[in-house]
Amino acid sequence: MAASRRSLEPVAVVGGVSVAALILLATLLALGGYDVPVALAALWRGSFGTSYAFFSATLVRATPLLLAGLAVALAFRAGVWNIGAEGQLLAGATAAIAVAALPLSGVLRLTLALLAAALAGGVWALPAALLRRRGVLEVISTIMLNFIALNVVGYLVRGPLQEPTHAYPQSVTIDAVARLPRVPGTRLHLGVLIALAAAIALGIVMRRSAWGFRVRALGANPQAAASAGMIDVPRVALQAFVVSGSLAGLAGGIEATGVTYALYEGLSPGYGYTAIAVALLARLDPLFVAPSALLFGALEAGATAMQRDAGVPAAFVTVVEGSLVLLVLLLPVVTRWQSERAHRARTGAS
Amino acid sequence: MSTDSEFLAAAVRTATPLLLAATGELVVERAGIIYVGIEGSILAGALAAAAGGLALGSGPAVVLALLAGAATAGLFALFVVRWRTEQIVTGTAITLVATGATAALYHVLFGPEGAGLRIPVVRPVVVPGLSAIPLIGNALFAQSLFTYAAVVGMLAVWWTLARTHLGLALRACGERPSAARAAGIATGRMRGAAALFAGALGGAAGAALVLVQSGTFAEGMSAGRGFIAIAIVALGRWRPGGVLIAALAFGAASALQYLFQARGWTLPYQAFLALPYVATLVALATTRARGAAPAALGQADSE
Repeated sequence: MAASRRSLEPVAVVGGVSVAALILLATLLALGGYDVPVALAALWRGSFGTSYAFFSATLVRATPLLLAGLAVALAFRAGVWNIGAEGQLLAGATAAIAVAALPLSGVLRLTLALLAAALAGGVWALPAALLRRRGVLEVISTIMLNFIALNVVGYLVRGPLQEPTHAYPQSVTIDAVARLPRVPGTRLHLGVLIALAAAIALGIVMRRSAWGFRVRALGANPQAAASAGMIDVPRVALQAFVVSGSLAGLAGGIEATGVTYALYEGLSPGYGYTAIAVALLARLDPLFVAPSALLFGALEAGATAMQRDAGVPAAFVTVVEGSLVLLVLLLPVVTRWQSERAHRARTGAS
Repeated sequence: MSTDSEFLAAAVRTATPLLLAATGELVVERAGIIYVGIEGSILAGALAAAAGGLALGSGPAVVLALLAGAATAGLFALFVVRWRTEQIVTGTAITLVATGATAALYHVLFGPEGAGLRIPVVRPVVVPGLSAIPLIGNALFAQSLFTYAAVVGMLAVWWTLARTHLGLALRACGERPSAARAAGIATGRMRGAAALFAGALGGAAGAALVLVQSGTFAEGMSAGRGFIAIAIVALGRWRPGGVLIAALAFGAASALQYLFQARGWTLPYQAFLALPYVATLVALATTRARGAAPAALGQADSE
């Protein structure tokens, strides 16, 4: 495939899939007997239609999806099936809230909280990364770690980290100095810039650095990467796995210090799972995870508005999200068909 | 009834849908496919059981649940077996679609916010005499038909996998598809059929949730049980007997909260809910566990 075509391919995918998503949503709504124009208008108003919706809903939703999407994209690129972003995100949020309660000066406290979040996410990925070297499927181990994280959070917010009145299963709300600064008049916080910076940094690392090359070689063909002799396959896979966990952990830390300000069980509405869809739609390219996260952030923000203003269940949007992943999964299949057809045409076989 | 006896009965009752789903997952994983979407099959089965239970009664409801679960798995198999898409990602997407579709359909069928359906639940079948055994009588012999069916189903799966030609062929697909194909086994069909079977049992698990445990439907009511089924298969080391014991262990861990409430213990039970997952990780960490997993698990059957 020509280099120019490859570099533009994700743009076409995100664009095409966005259109497909809208058509699918409209069809489903019509089948469900809803007023399609009213519902779609609500979706638009709640996502891009007003500047408040865009800055305070869409971008705020897109931020954790971007970071967790980067986590998934990096892992999948390395051939590591980390579906534990949800657990790593919760580990990061927990660490951030714990550190944000320490008696330190503002900027230091916030910085340490975010570093702790990234560290905790990496640590939470580590057991699965180490077990993988012993041949344990990371799908299974990361699912276990997701459940363990959820239950540990459930325990902490009823035990050691519970707020002092012991009335609610949640932690104490962190001090104003430990929160990410917000854009005045909106709910948008500094985290969106951190997430964007991470996307650009990871994009450069993957494209330009030797490590990025190793990761890509590993995911493309582990046998070839190993036999070429220049890549310590288990080592690079472990590194990619742990960095992936750190990115998901940072997503949790930013969500905790930028949006929720406290730890509780429902802190993440499945960001770690939606991130898989975000990463796939971006074809696992860090730079395209940003527009993909924006699309999913808009869909989820719009879904909330659609439910509130048009009485359409947000679940319709979940169907669309899942269908998008299936659609993207089929793209390589379609490409394969096309190449097979071209091959047959060339060789003259029927 | 004593608290301990009640706890054991609750443990077996909670374990029933887990055992059903895990039995299905065991079969499909032994055929070399990891079906993460079984969570979606459970939800589809739950909604079908709820709608069927209201309109037609509990018998047809179970049939509908089996079909809905299998249909969900059919979509998965179409992608994974026919188009050879990545199993884990496809399964995750199927779960996402099923979660949304069941919630949306529920709203369309039963109105906004669903107003709390009341579906007639099936009564436990009490075995005379045996149910009077102290401590374990109620746990083992006063359960719904789902529990008895789940145990019988697991025995049937054990027999089929271990003693029949079909079982051997299915296991060959999970260990070495290329060799299986050379021996004349239609590996794609075998894997597809195993996925449909897993989906049907996932649907049965959903029916058990609705018709035995809750008597209603709620969005996302499977609450991760499909993922738990995957854990149970791993903890049970991909063997029917092990899966049975692992399902009971997970059921017992969830039932602990009833015991805690009954005893008035204030310890947060979440710490105990995490135990079976930790145990699974530890079991996986031992080298023997890896030997138990099908060699070709998760790999596409490339021609």
